Amino acid sequence: MGELNTAMIERYRNSFLKEVEANVEEGEWVKMCMQCGVCSGSCPLGKFWEHPPQEIFMMIRAGKREAVLQSESVWMCTSCYNCIVRCPRELPITHIMHGLAHYAKRLGLVPKTNPTAKFAQMFWDNLMVKGRINELKLGLALYFMNGFGDGIKVALKNQKLGMAMMKTGRMNPKEAFGGHAVKDLAGFHKVLKKAQELEDARIAQNGPPAGA
Amino acid sequence: MAAEKKLAGYICTGCGIGERLDAKQLQAVATREGKLPSVKQHPMLCGAEGVKLIQDDIDAGNATHIMIAACSRRSKVEAFSFPTVAMSRANLREGVIWARPEGDEHQETTQEMADDYIRMAAAEIKFMTVPESSGEQELNKTLLVVGGGMTGMTAAVEAAKAGYPVHLVCDEPVLGGVWKDLYKRVPFRAAAFDVPGGNDVDLPQPEDPGLDDLIEQVMANGRITVHLNAKITKTSGAPGRFSADLSMESGRTLTENFGAIVQATDYKPYDANQLPEFAYGTTPDVLTNFEFERLAKQANGAVIKRPSDGRAVKSVAFIQCAGQRSSNAGHLPYCSGFCCTESIKQAMYFKAQNPGCDATILFDDLRTPGAAGEDFYRSGQQAMVTFTKGQASAVVAAGGDLRVKFKDLILNEDTEMVCDLVVLATGQVPNTGPDPYAQLAVDEAPTEEEKAAARAALAVAPPSILNLDYRQGTDLPHLKHGFVDSHFICFPYETRRTGIYAAGPVRRPMDLKQAMDDAVGATMKAIQSLENAARGSAAHPRVGDLSYPRFRKEGCTQCKRCTVECPFGAINEDEQRYPQFNESRCRRCGTCMGACPVRVISFDNYSVDTVGQQLKAVDVPDEFSEKPRILCLACENDAYPALDMAAQSGEHITPFARVIPVRCLGSVSLSWVTDALNSGYDGIVLMGCRRDDDYQCHFVRGSAMAAERLSKVGDTLTQLNLETERVAVHEVAITDLKRAPAILNEMAETITRIGMSPFKF
Ligand code: SF4
Ligand code: SF4
Ligand code: SF4
Ligand code: SF4
Repeated sequence: MGELNTAMIERYRNSFLKEVEANVEEGEWVKMCMQCGVCSGSCPLGKFWEHPPQEIFMMIRAGKREAVLQSESVWMCTSCYNCIVRCPRELPITHIMHGLAHYAKRLGLVPKTNPTAKFAQMFWDNLMVKGRINELKLGLALYFMNGFGDGIKVALKNQKLGMAMMKTGRMNPKEAFGGHAVKDLAGFHKVLKKAQELEDARIAQNGPPAGA
Repeated sequence: MAAEKKLAGYICTGCGIGERLDAKQLQAVATREGKLPSVKQHPMLCGAEGVKLIQDDIDAGNATHIMIAACSRRSKVEAFSFPTVAMSRANLREGVIWARPEGDEHQETTQEMADDYIRMAAAEIKFMTVPESSGEQELNKTLLVVGGGMTGMTAAVEAAKAGYPVHLVCDEPVLGGVWKDLYKRVPFRAAAFDVPGGNDVDLPQPEDPGLDDLIEQVMANGRITVHLNAKITKTSGAPGRFSADLSMESGRTLTENFGAIVQATDYKPYDANQLPEFAYGTTPDVLTNFEFERLAKQANGAVIKRPSDGRAVKSVAFIQCAGQRSSNAGHLPYCSGFCCTESIKQAMYFKAQNPGCDATILFDDLRTPGAAGEDFYRSGQQAMVTFTKGQASAVVAAGGDLRVKFKDLILNEDTEMVCDLVVLATGQVPNTGPDPYAQLAVDEAPTEEEKAAARAALAVAPPSILNLDYRQGTDLPHLKHGFVDSHFICFPYETRRTGIYAAGPVRRPMDLKQAMDDAVGATMKAIQSLENAARGSAAHPRVGDLSYPRFRKEGCTQCKRCTVECPFGAINEDEQRYPQFNESRCRRCGTCMGACPVRVISFDNYSVDTVGQQLKAVDVPDEFSEKPRILCLACENDAYPALDMAAQSGEHITPFARVIPVRCLGSVSLSWVTDALNSGYDGIVLMGCRRDDDYQCHFVRGSAMAAERLSKVGDTLTQLNLETERVAVHEVAITDLKRAPAILNEMAETITRIGMSPFKF
């Protein structure tokens, strides 16, 4: 991944904007931002972002490649779509944020301790096993994300909630042992494989030649 | 004219007037007190039958001076149009019944109000005559267009299309003016609306400037005579009979007569030598937008190269607002309004002609007025022009590169960028002659500091363009920053010299499309003005008025107040140093009439008497009646309509106010104020238009002149031992429907508080 990153820097030199256009989902919209700041003002989490969306777009245009791709900010988006609804230039901001996060991940630039990225990976791995989310396992994995002691503490804290969920049939303790899968697990994996192929083809078209 | 006066009154009882008021009483007042020999009533005077009633009397020779008591003088103007007789109107509908609540407890005072308006209109009509023009007019259809740029050429072509011959005077050897270096122009269109596929499809792109085509149209037009390398050495006369001396290239002077003039002298590019911080002058790679356009024109679609070493430009920075929107000495304080779109256009040249070139626009506010507007901004963004919200502070030339230091206003950091070429978005300086009032500003400056500033302005005054042979100076008066003064909102092309119209960047900064649109508007106004002049009728806002200032020479003390105060420089001086009124240069505002201390100026249908007699005709009850009288002199352009409309929308006014419309607050004679105080009025309210730099006064300076004159009224009041609150001057806009009545009601309250005037007889 580090290699790919170097290749990308070489390819685009000082125009990070062009790189984003070619590689980030909906990236071709970034140039159309008029810096009004409505998105940043509309984002419910905006004030907790180090660089709210408007700033991210400015940074892309200013060529601040590392700062953008390594930023925690793009991982902050909760997909509430407030910004998209309000942007006077109709930028698909939410999608661009996820596109940037995805691109950063491809390049191996995600900040190591970013909790959203970690959770996203856990979610994905969990999903891949049976083609559906095993909530019990995902929940437990989440509790113990920061070590055993911490996990016990969190689990105890949520004990009551867990019991209630079990009682109402929202969670099955048996799921801890294997758990059940989607009807056609092989088909599910086939679909994802195809999607990956398509994505790879798209990247090959835009990105550096294979093997770079 | 000299025939015997036949007075007649007509009272309408329609629109509820008959129900709300005692018509018999009105009739009695008109006959006995108004002394009108004939008074007729009709239930719908504005209807065909009512109008016929009046017309028959006129035709039979029984009415030469008529008083119509019905609705406001602003209503039913078509119906009550009797141009062969003098006419006054008592406003019983908007002025009385609509302005007063119903109910027995109000009846007495409401009726008294109506009675007074009848008395007033009956008094007024006796002092009016049918306005008649002087008969000295002639029709001259030829227009003089000054300025051979795109604005002037458009004006010439438009006039010719309308059938009016034109002389186009250009002080350069070729046509085109400041626009002749355009490689392309900012598009004249916006994006189409509702295009399938989104908002960013089919965005406007830079266009061919259309200069050659326009020059061809001008040269091929038989109605247009072009004078190249020519100057105007003298302009005299008035609308309909201007005479101009054109000094030609050959050394010959050509004297021509014109009906009206359009000044389209465009702008001068800002002198960037005042911008050393951007390395202007130290390296040829820092250019102004005007200079760069020439470079682009030379490149003519090929790769754009650096002036210094001929290297293809790989990155360029545009610095917006260079020397503009700033209070620094030598900078322009205003926004030139064309340079943002100009930079977008120029940045797009690089995107189209220099493969892989980075073009960055450093802006604080990106302003895109004009036809293409925001769509053109998006067009630039789509072309991958980089828009950076940042404030440039310096350009440093180092080793062949240029470093632009700027503050990124979004990321809030001081940073810099390296590029090959810098384009400064500099502004437009109006190409106008010297302000005729610059000397007056020196003379009248209240402080030494302001005097010094006025003197400095006078010292750098540009040479004259029109060389007007007017007592009030050689050129069109300025508003601010050298731009020609005109009523910005309502009458943008009307300058303060009647018959001379300003088009394009001489009146405010603008882009080419706006300048050409402006040229069309100004030309149409110029045509209207010469046609009006031929009939002896006024230009705006009293269009069609045939009255003009008449002046009793015997009484004149040669004080020159009229000459100085006329906002339109209409008054010259004759050989004996008496004021010389110029009918067709006059706008009929009456400011001269209000200014004249010996009251020798009057109009056929408006004079010191027509108003003075009205205010004296009002019945003033005694001090113990608890019925004060408030005189309101309201500008007919804004305040009077505001009161009418307020009444229409149900606002009530005090029954003690008596409102008299005046042409302009500038026409208010101080004698009216003193007369009113002496006749026992308890309060006087004067309503005029806003008078500062953002003035609304239809006669530009009338309201301001009045305010100055009235500032001394306080002394008069003190001398009479009266409270200064009894006279109030207010700025009222036509939209002040709540405020205008409230001002009158406040005065009523003030009188309740301070008591009645002791001057009742
Ligand atoms: S709301 Fe849209 S145009 Fe405004 S700053 Fe955000 S992305 Fe840019
Ligand atoms: S969609 Fe994302 S970026 Fe947009 S407002 Fe919501 S959280 Fe913020
Ligand atoms: S048009 Fe743009 S560049 Fe020109 S002065 Fe105004 S804001 Fe500045
Ligand atoms: S009426 Fe007005 S425009 Fe006419 S001469 Fe008097 S002041 Fe000037």
